[in-house]
Amino acid sequence: MALNIVVCVKQTPLPTAEKSLLPDGRLDRAAVEKAMSGYDEVAVEEALRTQEQYGGEVTVLTMGPEDALDAVRKALAMGADKAVIITDDALAGSDAWSTARVLAAAVKRLSPDLVVMGMQSDDAGTGVVHHALAEHAGLPALTQAQKIVIEGQTITVHRRREDGYAVLQASLPAVVSVIDIMNQPRYPSLKGIMAARRKPVETLGVADLGIDPDTVGLGGAKTRVVGAQKPAGRASGEVYEDKGDAAQRIVEFLVARKVL
Amino acid sequence: MSSDILVFGEQENGTPHRVATELATGAAALAGELGGRATGITMGRGAREAAAELGHYGLTHVYSADDPALSEFGIHAQAHALAALVRDRQPAAVLLPSTTDGRDVAARLSAILGQGILCNATRLKVSDGRIVSEQTAFDGALMISCVEKEDGPAIVTVRGKVFAAERSGAEATIEDVSYPLDAESQTVRVLEVVQTESGEAVPLESANVVVAGGRGVGGPEGFRPLQELADALHAALGASRAAVDAGWVPYAMQIGQTGKTVKPKAYIAVGISGAIQHKVGMQNADAIIAINRDPDAPIFAFADLGIVGDLNSIVPRLTEEIRKRR
Repeated sequence: MALNIVVCVKQTPLPTAEKSLLPDGRLDRAAVEKAMSGYDEVAVEEALRTQEQYGGEVTVLTMGPEDALDAVRKALAMGADKAVIITDDALAGSDAWSTARVLAAAVKRLSPDLVVMGMQSDDAGTGVVHHALAEHAGLPALTQAQKIVIEGQTITVHRRREDGYAVLQASLPAVVSVIDIMNQPRYPSLKGIMAARRKPVETLGVADLGIDPDTVGLGGAKTRVVGAQKPAGRASGEVYEDKGDAAQRIVEFLVARKVL
Repeated sequence: MSSDILVFGEQENGTPHRVATELATGAAALAGELGGRATGITMGRGAREAAAELGHYGLTHVYSADDPALSEFGIHAQAHALAALVRDRQPAAVLLPSTTDGRDVAARLSAILGQGILCNATRLKVSDGRIVSEQTAFDGALMISCVEKEDGPAIVTVRGKVFAAERSGAEATIEDVSYPLDAESQTVRVLEVVQTESGEAVPLESANVVVAGGRGVGGPEGFRPLQELADALHAALGASRAAVDAGWVPYAMQIGQTGKTVKPKAYIAVGISGAIQHKVGMQNADAIIAINRDPDAPIFAFADLGIVGDLNSIVPRLTEEIRKRR
């Protein structure tokens, strides 16, 4: 049983990077340091393990400006076979809704058995693209997976719950999202990094996907950013080095705050 | 379009999710400003019981779709049923808890209706007759305000603790509704629910005091002194993702971006560095106390009281001091 697997990745600003917004409310993505979203590394790892177990091929799918190629290269270096990058000036400013629609169009074109995604992105962190993509592509979605088993055309997923897990079942093709602690993503080997340079990377624009450019990007977004600011943030209080009196200090603080 | 607000009353076996009760109270205030009604819907096994309970938190009208198939076919079935109700009633906004189920239902709903989605709201207000959602972006580095661009219902997922759940003393009208499941609604079946963790002694999200441990605690045994401290304080015990990731404590204890949001009177962070992932889940605590060996830990930049020292000696002493006072 060879599986045609697509794994979606996103190049995102590093969580620790300084961020600023452009006048139109979009993030100034050119100004920040970026890397593949950490949640997506887990998805790539799971796609590769699924391929190792069941055979088949792993295609990396991403949407973003040209530097999205960095995320793709990393996934290819980890072991994915080929990649599709959707890049188009018309996509700048896309919200979750149009991102899902564009990715869905690419997924339809690739007609995979399985689409693997991270649980959310490192930047917007909306966690809503899986089901929206799946609905647009006419596929079931099984999210928050902590375990995936495939038998024939049936996929069974353990979906994480606070008190345990739910067992979900569907027929392939399907979309799955994996939780952030599902596996430990591998580091690309030097050999993998060298091999990645020769792997096929296809670049598509929105027209190639049969999508009207006016319906995506900032113009086609269904939501609009009307304001942005840095959070007020908490001021730092007093910091002491413990000289054996830490417990008393904490108790005094709790009493002053009427907790004790 | 009406001026009503519709709350997705996420529930299990007749008990509404805590965030759903918060949204019920919040919806009542927002609907008041819009001049509409605060309504809700509950679905699946126990829906009628949950509808009655949710009706105590400020909703005037709750739809109940008490059909086990809506539990059996989970997200897909519930999103399609919700879409049918939204098309029929045309609310100004649909509020869903920003839980794993709530986010999934919202995502499907958005794609079914072709509507945008406002995600992980940390504040909601009415401005010029429309819902404005404030949310954090980039792991909390920015606060952005968003609106739905076109007409039609604003679909909003809302984090916990944005509103305080308050019993209104009134009861809602409960209306039974039914939504026959089409093929699309039945693509994913929930075979069973396996419970591996027992319930929390003190629920994290309603606790007055939270004691939380991170990587610095060192291992599962390291949480024992923290539990003793929590017991002495009548506090709930939480953890950072690092501790959950390491398998020391269950996911139900996780506080942060991919875990719970807490807003206690006092938050005692023990051996937690204070990465932005964690910060977004606890930064609205009234007071934050941090104990960490590393003087450069980011948590000291936003703690009200920071103690640089060895948690292994401080925590037991603190527990003893507090026991003496009780």
